[in-house]
Amino acid sequence: MARFVSENFIPARVHVKDDAASFKKYGEQYNAHWTPTILELDPNGEEFYRIEGFLPNDDFLAQLMLGRAHMDFKKGKWADAEKRFREIVEKLPKSEGAPEAMYWAGVSRYKATNDATALKETAKSFAQKYNDSSWAKKASIWA
Amino acid sequence: MEIGFRHDVDNVFKQAKEQKKPVLLDFSAAPM
Repeated sequence: MARFVSENFIPARVHVKDDAASFKKYGEQYNAHWTPTILELDPNGEEFYRIEGFLPNDDFLAQLMLGRAHMDFKKGKWADAEKRFREIVEKLPKSEGAPEAMYWAGVSRYKATNDATALKETAKSFAQKYNDSSWAKKASIWA
Repeated sequence: MEIGFRHDVDNVFKQAKEQKKPVLLDFSAAPM
């Protein structure tokens, strides 16, 4: 967890009570109305991903990794995004973020190749695992 | 190993721009 964070982010914490001035400034700027709220921001401070509420370690790490992968996806870095999404499925297969990661890995490959086979293969993968997830339903149209 | 959260948020944003590195911003009410 700590290694992933240090490799990918500069981590900062605003304590809502002990640092009220910073919370007023940044809480209002980023619409943080509950704790914990964790934001993934690009180097210019633009929000890319939001995690609200406590999560156990593996699920939290999966969400952090998802957010970082989505950052690459939104910037059109398809290959990097796919690699990051697949890493979640491989390393944290039991996390709640894994089905979402498998879905977006397929989309990333499709975006990179413009080959619909990537989507069909993703739908097939959902037939084998995570088939009771909402992401399996979303991928079912590709079968 | 724990995440080394910093509390000088203004400086974090300055460094993020300089280093072109994303920021993880945590709003917390946990005891410090």
